[in-house]
Amino acid sequence: MYAFNYHRAKTVADALKLYKKADDPKFLAGGHTLIPTLKQRLARPSDLIDISGIATLKGVKVSKTAVTIGALTPHVEVATSSAVKKAIPALAGLAEEIGDPQVRHRGTMGGSVANSDPAADYPAAVLGLGATIETNARKIEADKFFKGVFETALKDGEILTKISFPVPEKAGYMRFDQPASRFALVGVFVAKFKGGVRVAVTGAGPCAFRVPAMEKALSAKFAPEALEGITVPADDLNSDIHGSAEYRAHLITVMAKRAVAAAK
Amino acid sequence: MPAVSMTVNGKKVSADVEPRTLLVHYLREHLGLTGTHVGCDTSQCGACVVHINGESVKSCTVLAAQAEGAKVTTIEGLADGDKLHPMQEAFREHHALQCGFCTPGMVMSAIDLVKKNKNPSEKEIREWLSGNLCRCTGYHNIVKAIAAAAQTMRG
Repeated sequence: MYAFNYHRAKTVADALKLYKKADDPKFLAGGHTLIPTLKQRLARPSDLIDISGIATLKGVKVSKTAVTIGALTPHVEVATSSAVKKAIPALAGLAEEIGDPQVRHRGTMGGSVANSDPAADYPAAVLGLGATIETNARKIEADKFFKGVFETALKDGEILTKISFPVPEKAGYMRFDQPASRFALVGVFVAKFKGGVRVAVTGAGPCAFRVPAMEKALSAKFAPEALEGITVPADDLNSDIHGSAEYRAHLITVMAKRAVAAAK
Repeated sequence: MPAVSMTVNGKKVSADVEPRTLLVHYLREHLGLTGTHVGCDTSQCGACVVHINGESVKSCTVLAAQAEGAKVTTIEGLADGDKLHPMQEAFREHHALQCGFCTPGMVMSAIDLVKKNKNPSEKEIREWLSGNLCRCTGYHNIVKAIAAAAQTMRG
C-alpha cells in the first residue's frame, strides 16, 4: 500500500468537507474492495475518508411498497433481516451469497453498488428491481446509474446514502459462480411487478444491464419456457479465461430460466 | 502518525501507527500477537480471522485505524490459562489440523458460527467455512471438530 492520510467522518456533511479539502481522496466504507485494491497498489489516493462510522447511513426499513437500505448496511444485515426475507426474499438471498461470512460482516451494499464491479451481485438487484439510488445531493433511477466498468452516475465527491427497492410480486436471483473466486460469471435477477417484468444481468457485460426481449416475453407469460430461444448477442459481452462471451451469452438464458423458476 | 487505541484480548492498548497499517500487522508486529496469520493477503484464505466486537472479520482487510475503540479478540485470547477454549480442545481432539497455519483463523471463524448457530448442520458448517482455506486436511476433521465443539458449548 502507498501511504495516505486517514480521516474519520462523523456525519455526511463532515465527510463532504474533508473530501473537498483533500488532494485526491477516496471514501472508505466497509473497505472490502478498496483495501484489497490499495494493497495491490492499483490506486493511490492521497486521503481516505472513513465514512463507516456515520450512523445515519446504516439500517434497513421495510414498508408495504419498498425496502430501503442504508448505504453502509453490511451484507449480513440484509441477508439475515426477517423483514427483508419476507418482503423481497431474492434480495436477502442475494446478500447471503456474496463472498464469505467474514466479507459479509464488513462489505456494504453502498460500497458494492458505488463500485459497479462487473461481477458484483447487488447491481443486478438494483437494476432488476428498478431501485432508486439516493445520494447526498439527489435521487438517481437505477436505469441511469450503471455506466460501465467500475463507472456509475455518481459525481466526484458524491456519497451514496441509501437505496430504495420497490417490493415486487415475486423475484428470483440465480448466479453461476466463477469457480475460483465465486464472483458471478453470470447472474440474473428477475422481478415480476404488476406493470411488467424486469430482467437484469451481472457478470456478463461491462456493468449490469437489462434484457428487454426477455422482459417482454416474461410479461406475457411468467414461466421459464417463455424464455426458450431468447438469447443475448455475445458481441459486447465479457470474455476471459473463465468463460468466452458466447458461453456467457448461453448462460444468461439458462440462469434467467432458473431465476424465473426460483422466483417467490 | 495518528494514535489508535483498542482493547485486545481484554487489555487496553494504544500506539502511533501509519494510517496504512493493517489490523493484522498491528496485532503481529506491534503487539507481538503472532497467532493471527497472513496467508493470502487478498481477503480470501481466512488465516487472519479475528473478532472485532464479537464478529469474525479478516484482519488483513481492516485498517488498524478502523478498529479504533473496538474490542478485538485473537486466538491468544481464547484459552483460560492452561484450559483451552472448547473449540481449540475439539480441534486437538479430532485432529483438525496438520500444518496448523490456517488453524487460528478456522478456530476464530468457527466460534463465531457457533455463537450465531448453536447447532449447525454439516452443510451449514461447510458453507460457513467458505472464507477459510485449508490445504492439508481436506476439511473433514475440521467439520467434525466444529460439530463436536458446538455440542460441548451448548452444554
